[in-house]
Amino acid sequence: MRNITWSQAMNEAIAEEMRHDETVFIMGEDVAEAGTPFKVTSGLVEEFGTQRVLDTPISEPGFMGMAVGASLTGMRPIVDLMFGDFIYLIMDQLANQAAKQHYMSGGKLTVPLVVRTNMGATRRSAAQHSQSLQALVAHIPGIKVAMPSTPYEVKGLMKTAIRDNNPVVIFEDKLSYQMKGPVPEEEYFIPFGQANVISQGTDITLIGTSSMVQVCEEAALILAEKGISAEVIDVRTIAPLDEHTLVESVKKTGRAIVVDEGHQSFGVTSEIVARLNEQAFYYLDAPLTRMGAMDVPIPFSPALEDLTVPTAAGVADKAVKLVTGER
Amino acid sequence: MTNLTTKDIPRLLQAYRQMVTIREFEDNANELYLTAKMPGLTHMYSGQEAVAVGICEALKSTDYITSTHRGHGHCVAKGANLKLMFCELLGKEEGYCRGKGGSMHIADQSNGNLGANAIVGGSAGIATGAALRSKMLGKDDVTVCFFGDGALGQGLLYEVMNMAALWSLPVIYACENNMYGEYTHVDEMAAGSLTARAEAFGIETHRVDGQDFVAVNALSEKLVARAREGEGPFFIVLDTYRYHGHHVGDVNRTYYRSKEEEQHWKTERDPILLLAEVLVSNEWATQQELDEFKAAIKKEAADAVSYALDAPYPDESEVDMHVFVD
Repeated sequence: MRNITWSQAMNEAIAEEMRHDETVFIMGEDVAEAGTPFKVTSGLVEEFGTQRVLDTPISEPGFMGMAVGASLTGMRPIVDLMFGDFIYLIMDQLANQAAKQHYMSGGKLTVPLVVRTNMGATRRSAAQHSQSLQALVAHIPGIKVAMPSTPYEVKGLMKTAIRDNNPVVIFEDKLSYQMKGPVPEEEYFIPFGQANVISQGTDITLIGTSSMVQVCEEAALILAEKGISAEVIDVRTIAPLDEHTLVESVKKTGRAIVVDEGHQSFGVTSEIVARLNEQAFYYLDAPLTRMGAMDVPIPFSPALEDLTVPTAAGVADKAVKLVTGER
Repeated sequence: MTNLTTKDIPRLLQAYRQMVTIREFEDNANELYLTAKMPGLTHMYSGQEAVAVGICEALKSTDYITSTHRGHGHCVAKGANLKLMFCELLGKEEGYCRGKGGSMHIADQSNGNLGANAIVGGSAGIATGAALRSKMLGKDDVTVCFFGDGALGQGLLYEVMNMAALWSLPVIYACENNMYGEYTHVDEMAAGSLTARAEAFGIETHRVDGQDFVAVNALSEKLVARAREGEGPFFIVLDTYRYHGHHVGDVNRTYYRSKEEEQHWKTERDPILLLAEVLVSNEWATQQELDEFKAAIKKEAADAVSYALDAPYPDESEVDMHVFVD
């Protein structure tokens, strides 16, 4: 199978869906000729023109609101939100407008739109360009949240997101844009709400989202050298959440660490741990454990920033303690 | 002043009917609140009828509107059914939103009403996005964005007016200046000129007497036709007045406006009386005919209320239905 970058995979997903359906279009800051700062949408404007690859002013609430209006009247907009941190700017349009239209109208109105945005620290971008805000979005009923982990995942999840009839926010780790991985030439979709068991294990389950899946995989390699067998699961979508796969794994291993790059308190990890506790408590051999970003604004200095996010070594250390019972 | 002829009689009578229907709807809604038959609060449109009717009579059912928390008038004017509206106000299953939206969220997609909105100015993006869709697909639909003077304080409006102007979108921003944002006079909240806000984006602006159906409708017909031809966007300030408080519970309001002021608007500037005068003085209708008209609408509204009072609530199984569409 060919290897392509994350950016190419995302680009292909958007292009294929725009060819498939003329109501699909993308709007956002510098998506056309500039191809976004990360060059993810390069080439789309040449194929689809400036009307369907629409450069907007720097007005996030404005174009997010327009996407809601366009989707209510039959379009399938993709909103390109340059940084995940800007979710705070679009929150009214996302949470009060997009998420609630279907319910408030008793099922009459639908809002088929996708917000593609990013998350992730350690790019030395400081506190307003490094946040991982997926928990904020997943808290809102009516929105689906996808967290791809590889080029293969981002293409399959994005294509599913575009065809979904609900608002979907897809978070990409901004350090992943140049990651290469195998992606089939043939069309494929990855369904929402189906976690991916990446490797089987018997001693502990490592559950990750987005780039924390790689952290879990690296931790599993470290643990294997110590004779500990870890099962690694990619959650894929946190809303809907595939509880069944996670619960069954934890029932088998009796231990789990949940890793997500959002702030640890009140976060994605807390929610998953709570659900595992409710459904797998009597199978547990150790406390369910969560690892998220420290509860601090992301600092600029590399010496500080690297301390704030979970690492493979940190996950492995914690896993060893849980498995051996050492405190 | 627009020159009216006998050819205008049918549409003037239709407008009169629509305006009286809104007034009757609101009087009944207020009564439902006062008699504790309606859950929650609601915001009355009484006094502003010529705005909604003057504009919506210039639209087709395929044109879109977005509405506000004070939205019953827009909803009726765009063709909604009174029974389904009262059912929604009372939280009944047969309501426009199966009782899940209530007064502040009625949407009537079949008539192009994309919904009322409980966030002040919150629908400016939706309206502009609907207009973007019309342009993208080459449709000649026009979207009207209704909002009050209070929404002039929201940044979203300025963001989307900028984009509407950049891309020549078929949207009309209709600012209903009823002079009060909640409990505060517009002069205390909006600096400078109201129309200059849109003019700064190069948007053609107009200001019209919002109590005068004939004037509102004449302007709307022109602007809607031009927006269909790609000459939009437009911005209109419609000077008007709300007879009730901010909501039905806002009864003691002399601290922000006088009873004399309210009385003046109700007796001298009432949009229904003003249109009746046009009809009667031209001998296009007698006062008796108009009174009969009104009596029939009163009965229609009363029947709709009793229908809604007797209608069933949604089943409990509906509570987690419609969070997502399949």
